[in-house]
Amino acid sequence: MLKLAAKRFVSMILIMVTVSFALFALFEHNKLAVAGKVLGPYSSEQQRLIWLDENGYDAPFLIRYVDWLGELAQGDFGTSIELNVPVADVLWPRLGNTAILAAVVFAVMIPLSLMLGVLAGLREASIRDRTISIISVITTSVPEFASATLLTAIFVFWLGWLPGTSAMSAGFSWAEVILPAAVLVIYDFGYVTRMTRAAMIDVMTSDFVRTAILKGLPYQRVVFRHALRNALIAPFTVIVLQMNWLLSGVIIVEVFFAYKGFGKLLLDAALFGDIYVIEACTLIAVLVAVASQFISDVGYMVLNPRIRFDKVRA
Amino acid sequence: MAGVWARLRESPLAMLGLLLVVFWLVLALLAPVLPLLDPNAALDAFKAPLSTSDDGITYWLGTDHKGRDILARVIFGARQVLLWTILASAVAYVLGIAMGLTAGYLGGWWDETVSFVGNVLLSFPVMVLYIVIISYLGAGGLNIVLAVTFASAPGIMRIVRALTLDLKHRDYVAAAQTRGESSLYIMFVEILLNARGPLMVDVCLRLGYTTITIAMLGYLGLGLPPPDPDWGKMIAETQPLGSFAGHMAVVPALAISSLVLGFNLLADGLRESTLDA
Repeated sequence: MLKLAAKRFVSMILIMVTVSFALFALFEHNKLAVAGKVLGPYSSEQQRLIWLDENGYDAPFLIRYVDWLGELAQGDFGTSIELNVPVADVLWPRLGNTAILAAVVFAVMIPLSLMLGVLAGLREASIRDRTISIISVITTSVPEFASATLLTAIFVFWLGWLPGTSAMSAGFSWAEVILPAAVLVIYDFGYVTRMTRAAMIDVMTSDFVRTAILKGLPYQRVVFRHALRNALIAPFTVIVLQMNWLLSGVIIVEVFFAYKGFGKLLLDAALFGDIYVIEACTLIAVLVAVASQFISDVGYMVLNPRIRFDKVRA
Repeated sequence: MAGVWARLRESPLAMLGLLLVVFWLVLALLAPVLPLLDPNAALDAFKAPLSTSDDGITYWLGTDHKGRDILARVIFGARQVLLWTILASAVAYVLGIAMGLTAGYLGGWWDETVSFVGNVLLSFPVMVLYIVIISYLGAGGLNIVLAVTFASAPGIMRIVRALTLDLKHRDYVAAAQTRGESSLYIMFVEILLNARGPLMVDVCLRLGYTTITIAMLGYLGLGLPPPDPDWGKMIAETQPLGSFAGHMAVVPALAISSLVLGFNLLADGLRESTLDA
């Protein structure tokens, strides 16, 4: 098991190196274009050459890449072209805001989707199962910006209960977290619910659950002690992998509600051409995604007794 | 395949999905010949749904801030969204299928390379990948096709590769090999044709997801250039106007949700009827 985990770790590092190299090649291979972005479209070629000279762009491409990696490792992401401050100074607070949003989303989504999934899977093809399944297909079909539009129309403009933007201009406010979090939960919970349902159906029709029931154990005890523990392994990996989807959804939601998070930072940088911010945000996003993939893989091994005890048997 | 269709017809949800998809497809195809107003012409601004202009024109779904007819814009928007969705998905499938078949069938260093590139691309949160590609290439129709290909082809490759690994040890493949058929024939005829069941489910799901992507890029300002309507851009244009433009955003939001729901219901129905087949 340890060997498998080590192998996954190495492939994670390999992916990060490849992604960082591709990003650097994409955005910084053409030195003059970089200087043009930094100094603006009206800078002369001579100014650009001087800037390149002063900022160490004379070195060969590969050396520049290695230097850049070294600076990244020390937390130096360069200076934002648009905001004219170190990228790290904007990036960390923005990531913090996104982390708050993500934490709220997970705190609501995990219990909700597990509960619905288990309820649906316990009695396959019952009316309860059908209802839950249909609801989860519908909610996963409504893209984030559409559900944001509909929720805003109802709760902001019609009922007037919630604020329509979440810029937090008067300090942090929970009321401004509700709509962005709700949109993400609505889009994401259906998938986890369906996975939990499928796993639950699988377990409830398995031999060991049938044996437990035939043995005369109380139904509740069979569900909680036997079925649930085995059925929750698959949803665990799915939930951790939701991190990847959440990072996509968060961009839309943050833009829609003007929430000052990492996703809005990335989009603004992309629209402006702020290459250092794009590089930093992308690397962080991929790092989080790859790390959650790693956690999900290792977690699956730890949770699944068939893999966990493989070493003992071998 | 006939069995799949018969079983599909028995599922009311799958039929509802098919109906939704066909509804939007027909509207999109017929948009130029339907008796609609010009989607880009400025008429009366901020008309409510079902209101009438001084000249007696009825705005069934109202007009937007520039006085353009929303019904016409939604239907012409369907044209844009479906056109680019189908085009981008087709390119992604051609590439993904070719990569998956060759990686799975030939194996070796080719498989390792293709799988690694796929893993790298799949490690990106999709939206981040789109933003990186489009901020590098610039917005526009063909660049969207390229971005969707980058984002979707690895997933398609994985599925096709897994199916190929499963199918290549079947008897009919061995028979074809003994007959002396070429690898190309075996991959694209024997294996691909027998993988079509699970692939069809994936096509429906992915069409739904690509629809969301195209509209989402339009919403973010990374999509198709104005003035032609697309659903995402319609929502984005409305947003700064606030409460008095509610209907302008709700109509395209419902439009895209119903189309994606159609694709998803159809995928569910297909999954069930191909599983039993």
